Amino acid sequence: MKISVRYFASLREALGASESVEVPDNATLGDIRQQLVVRGGRHAELLAAHRPVRCALNQSLANESAIVGEGDEVAFFPPVTGG
Amino acid sequence: MRSVSIQTADFDLATEVATLRAGDSGVGAVASFIGTVRDRSDGAGVSAMELEHYPGMTERAIEAMMDAALQRFDIRGARVVHRVGHLLPGDQIVLVAVSSAHRGQAFQACEFLMDYLKTQAPFWKKETTPEGARWVDARVSDDAALARWGIASGNAG
Repeated sequence: MKISVRYFASLREALGASESVEVPDNATLGDIRQQLVVRGGRHAELLAAHRPVRCALNQSLANESAIVGEGDEVAFFPPVTGG
Repeated sequence: MRSVSIQTADFDLATEVATLRAGDSGVGAVASFIGTVRDRSDGAGVSAMELEHYPGMTERAIEAMMDAALQRFDIRGARVVHRVGHLLPGDQIVLVAVSSAHRGQAFQACEFLMDYLKTQAPFWKKETTPEGARWVDARVSDDAALARWGIASGNAG
């Protein structure tokens, strides 16, 4: 199934603002992060498991066990620093 | 009444508070907080700041925080304004204003909303320093501030 992945802040600068990604049915956010890491390059560097990356599913903060559906909007970004 | 605005334009405290109080004669207290851009950060001079957000999600996240504040505290209204885009030292960044019948709940809800916003609303700051531009690191102390309200954060990792 196809989902869209968005990046923000330092991840956006390195990986682009968004991309469409083909993922297996019932993939979790963690599975998708790992799939992007396997690509290598900047994705592997910035989304590596030891990096402090937060994620959102359909514009709500979510943890990596959240299951993603067809057409969902996934986002990966660094810890937030507003206020 | 609760409302949030994410905007590039500056805001005016008096106007925002007047709107928050308008038509509610049960208000006996208004507490507000304004965050501004400092000219120094982590030992370096800061000449400018760029603020990025996640359009849509940011508004929804802050609305959810205001709902939590309205449930937790005896308050009558809340208003949040957060600026994005290019800012300079001295500029206003964020306003949180809360109205209630008595001061205690307004003070508490205002601090609760700021602690929540710092670690759970999708904003990112990039500072311009003499050594170049750098993304601001999240602080563990901000997670600790939210933990005081019994809410786990884990933003700073």
